[in-house]
Amino acid sequence: MNAEHSELLKEFTAEEVATLDEIIARHKGTPGGLIPVLEEAQVALGYLPASVQKRVAKGLNLPVSRVYGVVTFYSFFTMTPRGRHTIRVCLGTACYVRGGKALAEAIKKEVGISEGETTEDRRFTFESVRCLGACGLGPVVVINDDVHGRMKPSKLTEVLDLYS
Amino acid sequence: MRFDTLSDLKNYKNEISQKQDKGKEIWICGGPGCVANGSMAIAEEFIKALGNKSSSDENTSLWHSIKVLIRPEEKETEKLIRTGITGCMGPCENGPVVHVEPDGLYYQKVTVDDIEGIIGSIKENIPYKAKAMSGLDDKPAEVPSAENIPFLAKQKKIILGKMSTMSPLDLEDYIAHGGYSGLIRALESMAPEEICNEIKASGLRGRGGGGFPTGVKWESCRNSASEMRYVLVNGDEGDPGAFMDRALMEGDPYSVIEGLTIGAYAIGSSEGIIYVRHEYPLAVKRLANAIKNLEEAGLLGTNILGTGFDFHVEICEGGGSFVCGESTALMTSIEGKPGVPRVKYIRSTERGLWESPTVLNNVETWANVPHIITNGSEWFRSIGTENNSGTKVFALVGKVKNTGLVEVPMGTTLRQIIYDIGGGVAQKRPFKAVQTGGPSGGCLPASMLDTPVDFDSLTEAGSMMGSGGMIVMDDRTCMVDIARYFIDFLVEESCGKCVPCREGLKKMQMILHDLTNGKGREGDTKALEDLAEDISDTSLCALGQSAANPVLSTIKYFKEEYIEHEKEHFCRSGVCQGMFRIKIDEEKCKSCGLCSKNCPADTIEKLDSGKYCIKQEGCIRCGACFEVCPFSSVDIVNEVIDDD
Ligand SMILES: Cc1cc2nc3c(=O)[nH]c(=O)nc-3n(C[C@H](O)[C@H](O)[C@H](O)COP(=O)(O)O)c2cc1C
Ligand code: SF4
Ligand code: SF4
Ligand code: SF4
Ligand code: FES
Ligand code: FES
Repeated sequence: MNAEHSELLKEFTAEEVATLDEIIARHKGTPGGLIPVLEEAQVALGYLPASVQKRVAKGLNLPVSRVYGVVTFYSFFTMTPRGRHTIRVCLGTACYVRGGKALAEAIKKEVGISEGETTEDRRFTFESVRCLGACGLGPVVVINDDVHGRMKPSKLTEVLDLYS
Repeated sequence: MRFDTLSDLKNYKNEISQKQDKGKEIWICGGPGCVANGSMAIAEEFIKALGNKSSSDENTSLWHSIKVLIRPEEKETEKLIRTGITGCMGPCENGPVVHVEPDGLYYQKVTVDDIEGIIGSIKENIPYKAKAMSGLDDKPAEVPSAENIPFLAKQKKIILGKMSTMSPLDLEDYIAHGGYSGLIRALESMAPEEICNEIKASGLRGRGGGGFPTGVKWESCRNSASEMRYVLVNGDEGDPGAFMDRALMEGDPYSVIEGLTIGAYAIGSSEGIIYVRHEYPLAVKRLANAIKNLEEAGLLGTNILGTGFDFHVEICEGGGSFVCGESTALMTSIEGKPGVPRVKYIRSTERGLWESPTVLNNVETWANVPHIITNGSEWFRSIGTENNSGTKVFALVGKVKNTGLVEVPMGTTLRQIIYDIGGGVAQKRPFKAVQTGGPSGGCLPASMLDTPVDFDSLTEAGSMMGSGGMIVMDDRTCMVDIARYFIDFLVEESCGKCVPCREGLKKMQMILHDLTNGKGREGDTKALEDLAEDISDTSLCALGQSAANPVLSTIKYFKEEYIEHEKEHFCRSGVCQGMFRIKIDEEKCKSCGLCSKNCPADTIEKLDSGKYCIKQEGCIRCGACFEVCPFSSVDIVNEVIDDD
């Protein structure tokens, strides 16, 4: 409860930190508990910066390097904060051959960021995914939880305008 | 509902099979494609139309019953209508799909406006014509039942058999559709060794891609001395263009768990883990719901059905990395470490998860087990071919007319799947290639369309069976670009443990990027072939060993495209930017004006002759004109055009 704690409080509220501690406590002592802790923590906090990783390491009695290794290995984990809306373009093979590449290029141009980045105003985070199981609707773009099927670069502006 | 003994469960099964009149059932497809198309809202509206109760809570299910009058000829009888959601029914391209039982009718592209019509047609006992699924000649089928719909008629659905007529949430429903007959037979009349032998005799081979004989794996695990043994389900589904395993876990979770339970009994395990990729939250939810119901019913837990057999199942969510689907990496991942493969000098069946003997099988492999135990190995061998018994599920996707989930007997040819079931290439464009096996597989050309789909024939042809992705490509797919796509994927997914895979793939990636950016050099294709050989020979795990397949198979069958990229900096498919131009062949142009209407850059002009012509300086080379021209009068060319 010191420098590390105040580092956490710079980025998260006291409730969020309490949730994190609760998640850690619940999995403490279970073999293989690190990944579930990080998954739940990411859902609760949105991202896993160094301060959170340190807290997890300490709580589970693991070296910080081990936690860092896992966070950077799995693509699901992110260390940076996210935008209000997440745009996910499907670059699964089926969508790719149906024009997913052109679509991804058009999105990049439209929002001005590359894959994995968040716009400065934190409006959008842009990511790519692989196969959403909706290949029949390809190419597919998912914004938050809304699936937009048979997308065309020309329809993009109109769709993005729905998310402010 | 709780079954404490084998007879409890058998009596219950007897009881429900006696129930004759089931009434009518309206099933709304809740597979990922149809949900994305709005099928959940349709389900809600059906429920409202039938009664007033609405329930969107996943775990209480959308089941609902009311009484209506049905008119067969003149008689009026009172029947029950129930409605609910299923997993993917298969014809995803034409979703949302609605299926009416027991008549077996399929409706496509259903909207809320069709609800009244469908309910009305059930009352009248006639098909609802307006949205009848397409039959032959693409016209709505008179009676849209499976045998009249080519997409469904030519399949053999065993694994997917229950998925259009059953709620993935209800255990009762699963049992009513024949579920748990396999476990009953196993526990009642088979010794564990006999089960291993039965699976061996069936010839079942792993559906995760490798095709390893499942029974042999089980037996070797069974024979490893240990207190503790594990059975695992591989639900990582790393192939980036496929959704078969997802569809199964979401649409029929009980059959996967029943198979796993039989396997656990056969090898002497009391712990099972289902490893599911994190991107599949609904699969996780459905599996968790199934596990909970099974525990309550006494079909999981301690002393199952009074036989003294204990078995517990847990779910483990993977972090989304392709290499985690590899068996040893998957196990290290469950142990909470980065999923990195290890050298297999000791087999997992001897020392796997937490150092204990472990059997890992693919989702679909497990789902086959209850069918084999129920119907016998001989029955299973009667389907498919000599060394490839049973069926295989495919996600038939890409530029094919009827995208969807299909199941065919092993040995069915690519042509039968793509043309007879899939209806051929979308928009009647020319077929160029079909990709199977995901990032470890390859692309096969039209001349190989008569290849039977089985583990051995596809490998021989230079591709792979893989876990079931089948992506159709037309003349607008560049084969060099597709190779680049897969190598990009693999570079990102290589765990980096060994040098040939890590560095070799990066080198291949650089060459492929140059080739597709107009910077190809003579000798690039040869250099790719040499690198491919080195990487295959010296990599530690199968990711590296098979990583070159997408490159080698495209070089083998589409060398001319590589040479054009290398020497002429030309992309005949009109994909690689800056490497082609688009031109209208004035002689062939029929002056319909369609291209001009579809040009986003507004750069197609009508000439005095009435023909159309592209003003090159405005053209962004999007290819829209090429795709829409009904007379194939637009060409992709490699020449400088006058006003350039
Ligand atoms: C890089 C790599 C990725 C793999 N991904 C999967 C996968 O997503 N799903 C799967 O079932 N098997 C996958 N496998 C195959 C597994 O290693 C293993 O052979 C399989 O799960 C065994 O089950 P089966 O015999 O029932 O096929 C992968 C293999 C490699 C080398
Ligand atoms: S071949 Fe590639 S993925 Fe497999 S262990 Fe080596 S570096 Fe990792
Ligand atoms: S390629 Fe695209 S931009 Fe160029 S003429 Fe055709 S439709 Fe217009
Ligand atoms: S679509 Fe084809 S036929 Fe019609 S005007 Fe354009 S080039 Fe000519
Ligand atoms: S590849 Fe995009 S949904 Fe399947
Ligand atoms: S998702 Fe409905 S048919 Fe596949």
